[in-house]
Amino acid sequence: MQFIKADPSIRLAKQKRNPRLKSALIGWAFITLATVMIGLFYFYPMVQALILSFKSGTGVRLQFVGFDNYIRLFKDPVFLTTVKNTVIYLIIQVPIMILLALFLSVLLNTKSLKLKGFFRTAIFLPSVTSLVAYSVIFKYLFSLDGFINNMLIKLAIISEPIQWLTDPFWAKIVIIIAITWRWTGYNMIFFLSGLQNIDESIYEAAKIDGASSFRQFCKITIPMMKPIILFTTITSTIGTLQLFDEVMNITAGGPANATMTISQYIYNLSFKYTPDFGYAATVSYAIVVLIIFFSIIQFKVAGDKND
Amino acid sequence: MTNLKHLFSYIVLIIASAISIFPFLWMVVSSTNKSVEVTKGTLLPGSSFMENLNKLIETTNLGTALINSAIISISTTILAILISSLAGYGFEIYKSKAKDTVFNILLLSMMIPFAALMVPLFQMFGTISQIFPAIGIDTPAAVILPTVTTAFLIFFFRQSTKMFPKDILEAGRIDGLTELGLFFRIYVPTMKTSYAAAAIITFMGSWNSYLWPLVILQSPENQTIPLLISNLGSSYSPDYGMIMTAIVIATLPSALIFFIMQKHFVAGMIGSVK
Repeated sequence: MQFIKADPSIRLAKQKRNPRLKSALIGWAFITLATVMIGLFYFYPMVQALILSFKSGTGVRLQFVGFDNYIRLFKDPVFLTTVKNTVIYLIIQVPIMILLALFLSVLLNTKSLKLKGFFRTAIFLPSVTSLVAYSVIFKYLFSLDGFINNMLIKLAIISEPIQWLTDPFWAKIVIIIAITWRWTGYNMIFFLSGLQNIDESIYEAAKIDGASSFRQFCKITIPMMKPIILFTTITSTIGTLQLFDEVMNITAGGPANATMTISQYIYNLSFKYTPDFGYAATVSYAIVVLIIFFSIIQFKVAGDKND
Repeated sequence: MTNLKHLFSYIVLIIASAISIFPFLWMVVSSTNKSVEVTKGTLLPGSSFMENLNKLIETTNLGTALINSAIISISTTILAILISSLAGYGFEIYKSKAKDTVFNILLLSMMIPFAALMVPLFQMFGTISQIFPAIGIDTPAAVILPTVTTAFLIFFFRQSTKMFPKDILEAGRIDGLTELGLFFRIYVPTMKTSYAAAAIITFMGSWNSYLWPLVILQSPENQTIPLLISNLGSSYSPDYGMIMTAIVIATLPSALIFFIMQKHFVAGMIGSVK
């Protein structure tokens, strides 16, 4: 634009304007395909799901039932159990994992530490596995005659094998251990990159003022890392609210729905029990509401003073 | 004092690494043992790997599943990086207010859980099946299409384009390159690292994806590797050695890619938060 204004020749400016308009249109052409695809495969189905949530019946014989599905939702004991399970995973697992990842990344960020590359790769390694593959491995590790029980008995920590997968309490613990194993290293990488961007001199100054490591961590590291902590917490929250592969393959939702998540319930309602697409769509909006709810809370908690 | 602190760090990091690596180790060791030995809890490698592999090939569709997974993952990766890099480039190079609004709306799609899309998408492909069976339910195309375009990847390419030296484009225009020519002849070769990172992330995601293939693929001959493993894992009398062999084979491609391209992969992930 500046070039046109600076140019004294009007004729040249006119010649230039046309290609510029053309180039603006070309700009739209570059983004069209992606925009159409996302519209078609994300936003259109979202609207469809909303319409569907007011319908009931099987297959093609769907009819409008108004708010019936939503009323059923709040009386449905299975739905309430799955929400409870999902929220338990969320409020126990996400904070433990974020703190653990932050702690490990701070240790790995020590300058004089050796073998950093090895430790980083080792701890990140679980993020490479497929969710299904690692779930099956964990299922066998924690089975009644599995490795974990054998080892605990050999070490005389327990005398009877623990019913890891068939006890409602322990089954949840196994799921939490599994997700923590899979995702801690993944989040750690984000924290490491954030830590490397903090200017060393801030810590130097704090040391001269006599601040302890713990104080430095609370007063410098945490505030400086706030955006990344927010990012990892929100992505982990969204991930946990959508939890499916692990539960499906470790416990299949059992014992007696004790580990079932909302996603798995939607899957069961749509493809396992007698298909009820309308009610499944209603349940799926519960996840949307939960995601919005938890994201707003996290933004509020993180964004109080500075932003 | 510093030494003591270091000792503590080493102990914690060694424990964390051991816990991280152990399931892999156990999986690899178990794949070389017979089922009975796996249940006994041995940690010593055996000599039954080939036996397990043969059993796997005889009793399952392993080969077909590997080919299906490869077709789906490679097509998804190529299409995804092409579509998303075009868009990321378009949003950043031809910046305008209207385009920024579109971009922000696209970003909202990252908040939509897949579970909410699953049923309408399934219905959508049901309708498509009646008109174009080749891209309807139970086809690789149906697995690929909904997952090919993600706001995350568009965002990733837009962020990377911010570092791209835009002056070269003007030089290219003077040399008579078309706008599309500029993209393919200048932008793509310059952004090799971003493409590598995006390709790894997309390939791994697609290779490992489970829920959507589970919903949309129905016949055994269209199965992908995660579906095969899930089926093996849920059997009542599992052959542990054989299943572990299948998991080793399924993990190999992503693990190999990770080790070869580690630097790009980590750089790509970090680039996505900056």
